[in-house]
Amino acid sequence: MIALPPTFDANLAIDIALLVMLVVLAGAIVRTRSLLAAIILFSIYSLISAVWFVIMDAPDVAFTEAVVGAGISTIVLLGAILLTRGETERPDWRRLIAPALVCITVGGILIYAATGLPALGDASSPANAYIGRAYLEAAPKDIGLPNTVTAVLASYRGFDTFGETAVIFAAGVGVALMLGFGPRASLAPPPVVTGDHHVVLRVAAKLLIPLIALFALYVQFHGDLGAGGGFQAGVIMAAAIILHALVFGLRETVSAVPPRVARSVASLGVLVYAGVGVACMINGGAFLDYDYLFPPEVEKQIPGWLLGDSEHAHHWGQHFGIMLIELGVLLTVAATMVTIFYGFAGRTIDDARREAKP
Amino acid sequence: MISFEALHAAPLALTAHAPVLMVVGPLIAACAAALAPTARTSWMISVTGSIFAAWMALALLGEVARRGAVDYYIGGFAPPLGIAFHIDGLSVFMALLISSAGVMASLYSGHSLSAEVRAEKHTLVQAGFLLCQSGLLGLVSTGDAFNAFVFLEVSSIGTYALIAIGEKRDRRALPAAFNYLIMGTIGATFYVVGVGFLLAATGTLNMADMGARLATLGDSSVVQAGFAFVVVGLGIKAAMFPLHGWLPGAYSYAPSLISIFLAATATKAAIYLMARFVFDVFPDGAAFGQGFIAWVLAPLAATAAIVCSLQAVFEKEIRRMLAFSSVAQVGFILMGLSLATVAGASAGLFYLGAHALLKMTLFMALGGLAISMGARRLDELAGVARDAPWSATAFAIGAASLAGVPLTLGFLAKWRLIEAALQAGQIWIVAVLATASLLTLLYVGRMLEAIFFRAAPAGAPRAREAPVGVLAPLWILAGLNLWFGIDASLPEKLANAGALALLGGTP
Amino acid sequence: MSFILSHFNYIAVAVLMMAGLFIVFSSGNLIKRMIGLAIFQTATGLFYISLGKVSGGTAPIVVEPNSPEARELASRLDPAYLAQHGVDGVVYSNPLPNVLILTAIVVGVATLAVGLAIAVRVREAFGSVEADEIEVLSRVESTQPGPRA
Repeated sequence: MIALPPTFDANLAIDIALLVMLVVLAGAIVRTRSLLAAIILFSIYSLISAVWFVIMDAPDVAFTEAVVGAGISTIVLLGAILLTRGETERPDWRRLIAPALVCITVGGILIYAATGLPALGDASSPANAYIGRAYLEAAPKDIGLPNTVTAVLASYRGFDTFGETAVIFAAGVGVALMLGFGPRASLAPPPVVTGDHHVVLRVAAKLLIPLIALFALYVQFHGDLGAGGGFQAGVIMAAAIILHALVFGLRETVSAVPPRVARSVASLGVLVYAGVGVACMINGGAFLDYDYLFPPEVEKQIPGWLLGDSEHAHHWGQHFGIMLIELGVLLTVAATMVTIFYGFAGRTIDDARREAKP
Repeated sequence: MISFEALHAAPLALTAHAPVLMVVGPLIAACAAALAPTARTSWMISVTGSIFAAWMALALLGEVARRGAVDYYIGGFAPPLGIAFHIDGLSVFMALLISSAGVMASLYSGHSLSAEVRAEKHTLVQAGFLLCQSGLLGLVSTGDAFNAFVFLEVSSIGTYALIAIGEKRDRRALPAAFNYLIMGTIGATFYVVGVGFLLAATGTLNMADMGARLATLGDSSVVQAGFAFVVVGLGIKAAMFPLHGWLPGAYSYAPSLISIFLAATATKAAIYLMARFVFDVFPDGAAFGQGFIAWVLAPLAATAAIVCSLQAVFEKEIRRMLAFSSVAQVGFILMGLSLATVAGASAGLFYLGAHALLKMTLFMALGGLAISMGARRLDELAGVARDAPWSATAFAIGAASLAGVPLTLGFLAKWRLIEAALQAGQIWIVAVLATASLLTLLYVGRMLEAIFFRAAPAGAPRAREAPVGVLAPLWILAGLNLWFGIDASLPEKLANAGALALLGGTP
Repeated sequence: MSFILSHFNYIAVAVLMMAGLFIVFSSGNLIKRMIGLAIFQTATGLFYISLGKVSGGTAPIVVEPNSPEARELASRLDPAYLAQHGVDGVVYSNPLPNVLILTAIVVGVATLAVGLAIAVRVREAFGSVEADEIEVLSRVESTQPGPRA
């Protein structure tokens, strides 16, 4: 067996440095009593994790962690503390004994297990030598996409991604049930302001929003070739809408994209995904077997120049199937993120007081 | 004798895809329910989706009886590369249980929701309910360890919010739902960490493949940690004592549609997955597996049966009584499984089904009463039997079944457990069962005494009889408690097939 | 020492998981507990991705065989190592953990959103997001009769 010795190279140094930073950040979050500080530290924690994921050859994960952890999660957390309170109470030290014991037990088991794990980077470990390698060998032949992560995500394990889309949809349903109804004081007309102090912001936003949307589409369609895909694109698309709400006011945005429309689009996305699966079934394949997406007579009609590549075997079904389900993911994710944002932004602390029971 | 082999419930074209249709059907219905223009339409979609899932489960029952097990390769990729559904006798047992509970709960929701939840939220509530159903059905059908996590989350995420909307009647629903979310997420994440260790050890996620590889691997710290994390994670989800802290609140304050459905299915699905790992994925001879069953699972289950029955005896709020009783009954089920014999597993599964049926009856009867009066404490229900005799009688049947009165399903369930324990020579389990059953009798007696034999306090608002839309599903359930109490051949056969699938050497 | 070096990631993951869990269990503040949960979930991601890293590997985005890029990647590695672990002359990291963690991150943000939404409603109903205060306020309910429809 040939394995690389654990040499202390630059990659390993960066790896260790980043992990130490993460540990320090987590410690700071444990200690701080200010919620705002905890949220900002968490956002940095997410961003550093994203950098670490790049070092570990996981650009897709890094991308997602960056848009989710440092992006959406931070927005939602900030929205939540606006509606609650910014400080935590100092816990009694006696109350910390039991949690500490639980954590030490869990940590102990983890370290104990780590002694049996293969070393970092071991190419012949079971995880890397068995199906991890099998995917790399099979994907170009079966799917014909350069990005193996997308191939596995959307085709081999497409059902996981379907479930994930359903989870996002469920989260949208949950947030809408919690925060989507009731009075919306913030939708009242804004106070009349003489003179526009935000003219730079408005002009910049007007320029940025279409660019962000365009970038979302690039990420969407680039997912086959490099890092990216429906989920990341959906979050970026939602970011464009959220930016609009932040600059022009929620009222304007809600009139452009009403909450009910956002909720409908979210369920439509899941339906697109399920529809692709059912179409494959009707044409004689298994659920989500994109090779059966088109009946053979239709598949013959598709011109070869469409994807600009005649060398690879043409997996039309796989290409179009993945494109369509990624579209479903985009719709659900973007619409759900907007729904979640509406939920938190649409409530103000005044609503909260009014609804609070005496 | 019933023959499942002759059962052809659906046309061949549908039966061929039944495993996935059973899961995707309710999911599509969930999207449709969210799009529905009115509450009534969403209710109809919900009933249709649930019935469709139950129909597919029936179609699978015939297929599994004929072929032993049904494998369905999603995306056309064979495992371990692709995700495969593996449906055997046990999966079909669970799928039938979940989908028929879904049908009953959705029928009942037509009336209950309008009393408990604001009308504009109904479409989303039905969507969340269908998502939960689809997630649980996916969980019991999939043969892929990570896919099971995804479905665990599909079933949970919406549920947290559905529990929280119980705040309209009782604001304690909100902290209870939050607590459930925290514990549930820790449970699911522990499960993922455990699967990660197993992936590191075996390199695969397919449960059958994982089992085959673990059998040749032998013991290692990685495998042991994987086992520990999977079992603790699922133990939280299954409300295994002492990880059950989230359950009483979550079941007590939720809208009754949700209590009914969750009480019948949610913890059971987690028990199913745990049994799959303990008996199927981990090799039979593994020392830590045996040790876990003998020294952790069985004692904890016995403690749960006694301690939580006691808690139910001293509880004042009736829905919390039923919730504590649920944790105790999880103990009964796990005691059966911990015998690790086919008879024990069969008795455990039989008990699981019986408990689902009788707890649904009880929660539904209580929900029916609560439509006219939002009773919380037991003493508020005093004398309710005179005002709402039909609901109260159905409640009494469910309660008798819970206490194990002869000629009810609950009696047979307890009987079979005792029989299996005697066969396995575990006398102490019989003693625990007897003690816990006595305690059950105590709290059931308290409930019935209040409802039937106490006079309503003067001037207290009177209850009204529940509407027909509630009474119909309620009495179907109550009737089944009695019917199966006399002729249990159907559930017996299903439970036996499930136990054989779990322990009889099938992958 | 070589164990610590070769398993540094797993040790860090263990510490991060402990920190996340500690926040969840020790903090009374609902928002802070959600942050702890998110840290715990992210640490799970670090664990999976560590499992899939291959020394000398590149991201699992397949490079055209025999292209200049592929040759450049191959030139950095020992030929014997490449022959054993490479696919078409390039060593890649494992794509599977990436896929799984993508899913897990999405599930994580879904949980975070729902959890915070519930926390906001808790604040509205009880006027507090501290678990102790909520518990005291909840006791009132168990002594009161239920609301009539």
